[in-house]
Amino acid sequence: MKARIIVTLKTGVLDPQGKAIEAALRSLGIEGVDGVRQGKVFDIEVSAVDSAAAEATLRTACEKLLANTVVENYAIEIL
Amino acid sequence: MHAAVVVFPGSNRESDVVRALRRSGAQVSLVWHADHELPAGTDLAVLPGGFSYGDYLRCGAIAGRAAAMDAVRAHAARGGLVLGICNGFQILCESGLLPGVLMRNVDRRFICHRQTLRVERTDTRFTSAYAPGQVIDVCVAHGEGNYFADPETLARIEGEGRVAFRYCDATGAITVEANRNGSLNAIAGVLSETGNVLGMMPHPENFVEDLIGGTDGRGLFDSLAA
Repeated sequence: MKARIIVTLKTGVLDPQGKAIEAALRSLGIEGVDGVRQGKVFDIEVSAVDSAAAEATLRTACEKLLANTVVENYAIEIL
Repeated sequence: MHAAVVVFPGSNRESDVVRALRRSGAQVSLVWHADHELPAGTDLAVLPGGFSYGDYLRCGAIAGRAAAMDAVRAHAARGGLVLGICNGFQILCESGLLPGVLMRNVDRRFICHRQTLRVERTDTRFTSAYAPGQVIDVCVAHGEGNYFADPETLARIEGEGRVAFRYCDATGAITVEANRNGSLNAIAGVLSETGNVLGMMPHPENFVEDLIGGTDGRGLFDSLAA
């Protein structure tokens, strides 16, 4: 089973990298970009019997390692 | 004082901290990250600076879950002393031994310069050799030293007086200019609730010899060895 985990910074947490990317887009003349927040994507192969079991495994993975829940949120997609 | 310095793949300040500890009279052994135990009789566990696991995922994230960290957690739970410097501070936050997290510096630059700190607490095992409010001259070298915690956590840290060091100017004033990485409340070092764990971004271990240009870091190691 394939899954995708998306980790993003929580609202209100400063994202200097996102700001730099936003400024770079502006300097390239790309108009209409009002904000950039950088996150991470993990594509994961899971050997679970069903999507509920896969989601339980991935939730543990996020809580224990993939996201720092002090500053990051995560979303799990079973593909 | 028996100190155990934990070495992770990518640690690079372990020799400096070993030297500083020995200079202050501590007996020091090195512990590999895959070890499950600290040497018997360890009083102080030290997590040195560097770039453990290449800063993959997040600074300190993978090291924070290494086998040796279970031993460090158990040591801290027994009341044992734990000191994390720079990457070691990041590891302590990632491992749950200290609150908050070290984010990318506010100006996105790796900073490497002399830094003055104000000693906020002198009634701790780490800082007793300093005078209250003393301004010490050490250095910083990091890209992710921007201390962040949610408002409730920050209020609790401040309310309990758990800030050991703040970034300040040469006169001891807390200014925006002196807080180059953008840390909340100019926090440079934080203590655990029980006071036996200290994490700090600056490098006191690099300022223990006149030859290198300063000795203000000695106080920390002298306090621990006292």
